Amino acid sequence: MTTQEWKFTAKDIALKPDLFLSGHRACAGCGPASVLRLIMKATRGPTIVTEATGCMEVVSSIYPYTSWAVPWIHTAFENAAANASGIDAALKAMKKKGKAKHEHVDIIAFAGDGGTFDIGLQALSGAVERGHDFLFVLYDNEGYMNTGIQRSGGTPTGAATTTTPAGSVNPGKLENKKPIADIMLAHEMEYVATATPYYWKDLLTKVRKGLEVEGPAFLHVFAPCPRGWRSDPAKSIEYSKLAVESCVFPVWEAVNGKRQLSIPSKLISLAPQKKRPVKEYLTGQGRFRHLFTPQNSHILDEIQRATDKHWQKLLQKCEQP
Amino acid sequence: MQKNVKQETLGLNGDEAVAYAAKQCDVDVVAAYPITPQTIIVEKFSEYVANGETKTEFVCTESEHSALTACLAASATGVRTFTASASAGLALMHEILFVTSGSRAPVVMAIANRALSSPLNIHGDHSDSMAARDSGWIQIYVENAQEAYDSIIQAFRIAEDTNVSLPILVGLDGFTLSHTLENVIVLSDEAVRQFVGERKIPAVLTHEGKTVPYKLDPDNPMTMGPIALQNYYFEFKRQQEEGMKNALKKIGEINDEYASLTGRSYGNGLIENYKLDDAEIAVVCVGSTSGTIKVIVDKLREEGIKAGLLRLRTFRPLPVEELRKNLKNIKAAAVMDKSMSFGGLGGAVFHEVRHALYDEPSHPPIINYIYGLGGRDSSPSELRKIFDELVQIAKTGQIASQVRYLGLRE
Amino acid sequence: MSRNEKGWKEISIGGVTSKSSTSFMTGDWKTYMPIIDLEKCTVCLTCVTFCPDGAIRWRPELGKIEFDFGFCKGCGICANECPTKAITMKME
Repeated sequence: MTTQEWKFTAKDIALKPDLFLSGHRACAGCGPASVLRLIMKATRGPTIVTEATGCMEVVSSIYPYTSWAVPWIHTAFENAAANASGIDAALKAMKKKGKAKHEHVDIIAFAGDGGTFDIGLQALSGAVERGHDFLFVLYDNEGYMNTGIQRSGGTPTGAATTTTPAGSVNPGKLENKKPIADIMLAHEMEYVATATPYYWKDLLTKVRKGLEVEGPAFLHVFAPCPRGWRSDPAKSIEYSKLAVESCVFPVWEAVNGKRQLSIPSKLISLAPQKKRPVKEYLTGQGRFRHLFTPQNSHILDEIQRATDKHWQKLLQKCEQP
Repeated sequence: MQKNVKQETLGLNGDEAVAYAAKQCDVDVVAAYPITPQTIIVEKFSEYVANGETKTEFVCTESEHSALTACLAASATGVRTFTASASAGLALMHEILFVTSGSRAPVVMAIANRALSSPLNIHGDHSDSMAARDSGWIQIYVENAQEAYDSIIQAFRIAEDTNVSLPILVGLDGFTLSHTLENVIVLSDEAVRQFVGERKIPAVLTHEGKTVPYKLDPDNPMTMGPIALQNYYFEFKRQQEEGMKNALKKIGEINDEYASLTGRSYGNGLIENYKLDDAEIAVVCVGSTSGTIKVIVDKLREEGIKAGLLRLRTFRPLPVEELRKNLKNIKAAAVMDKSMSFGGLGGAVFHEVRHALYDEPSHPPIINYIYGLGGRDSSPSELRKIFDELVQIAKTGQIASQVRYLGLRE
Repeated sequence: MSRNEKGWKEISIGGVTSKSSTSFMTGDWKTYMPIIDLEKCTVCLTCVTFCPDGAIRWRPELGKIEFDFGFCKGCGICANECPTKAITMKME
């Protein structure tokens, strides 16, 4: 069944049994938990999931309990993509030798900030270069949340984390967010996309497209963390909408390198008056609270400028044929 | 020896012998990263794949850490896996060594033993795999390329035994064995396939309440590699120890089964007793240097000196009973270590052997010789001096110094 | 954590988990609980879609949605996202 044929509504999703089960120990209002639960609604057949050490891995696999209704393996922090490589090789070997039970098995690798931006980047890059057939999903909560909210390569500029605290000298993280989706795009993969849980239809369609690729696919999903961001747990999904509307996290997809804005971001590009100021997104997040002081207001302006610059660059890249 | 088992002699170096054996064992996935002196193993395997001589999925990972991870994940999917490394590569895999053993994945790994940096050294010593002795891997060290070939084949049977279910490391000395051409007697593909058979997978109870084979299978979902808190972690470690205990027996069984097939036996699989029965002085040695020591022992015997060698083939699990049985009546013994344990009293093998004998009502004075680090060669005359020393110790019962360095420039 | 934990000889090797998390009730974590006004609810299923814990279910045969308070952690995402503000969070 191709994505064109896969029509789904909220009702279809609601009736499809959860493969990421209730009873996991994620915080109340956890963005990544919502993301994973949604993504597992888009599976299309036999699926094996592998995961890097991190929040989602820990909350879903506290011995003797598991929240996974599919075969699932965790080994270490930096090697989700290497796990996927091994599983892919095993399935291929079984097929070659006529020992395979299923015609095709989808492999999904989940990893957070650490397992993707930083410690996991090597394995990811290697697995993609070798062309293994798997979908790699980054649930981006912009920090190493499981170990206590330390900064990652995905932490945005100005955010306070426990290793980039807002002090009298340094106003949070000084460095920029690593453009991981662009990096993966440069690997010349067949499918790279960004998504957010608020636009869940877009997210699920992208998961399907990623699974359908015969080879590596990368999905960067924005996943607010109320604990790490010191934001209202009830607003985790809302923040993922604000991130798109303020162009902090635009949603797009690239099929064979050809990049296109997805509808939620496309609408902003067509109606720029709908673009929300970054301030509206940053307000209410405790990790940015220190930016709302007079001595740090220039940083707010810088963040707005940088966001606009990236947005314009993205628009240019998307317009190219 | 079964009369109908056809064997032929090939000219192979240690690495080639290992690759040949792995190919014959019908491995499903090989994920590896090259490092001197193991490179010939991966290169040979790549040739087999390129020429269609094997259906193995060969994954050239971007690092050793990913190589072992991929083997572990493939093994978890239910297939037979093999890899090889050395030195820094094994060190890079270190985290995953523990994960592999904890996951009870029967990965077979050949290690072309090589020194660890720093300074950089590409030549043979045992520091790489000795540093991994607590990782829960079975460790077998070979004396020559023939044994490397035979041990790889045996390794799959040992590791995959459902009461063992532990990964296994076969160590062959870097360059001395890995790169030196020897006559290696090999079995036919068919005979090897018959000996190793199909991988048997132990059964586990899943969260669905089903008892099914321990593998990633969409028909029987299960969760592998959970977080086990203070209330459960300890029990899993004890299980690994039980696997090691079972391996002690299994290694001997497989050695004997293989011997009746091929005519080649390596002591009792755990240790090789070379002229120890009536020996007064003995050397305990791991790896290829044992070959040279055997020649020296023969010479000493000709001179009327009752010398013997205990070649420690299996280092993990430690064959405590064999060590006690064969060494307790010796008058003076020397343990050779091709690695160091800085700040400890001597090297790893010395620790283990002396420790095994500690509770025996009588045991010999034991000294330690650290030798061959960074691939430094030890000449027969140098090695002979060890025995001369032992003769003195046996006579006087006095040890001048417990830990010495053979061939070190002071 | 149960008082009846098994010994090393009884549990499966490799750490394979033996229970589904659906037997672990996270519902007692909550401080606030969602109350739904069925008059306002249009059964759009937005809350069912977004709940991180899968604690809201659509019952088509009853024509309504239903909370599973055994798993609901009281995060309030459902109330926040409901387009008709049919859900309110009340202190338990």
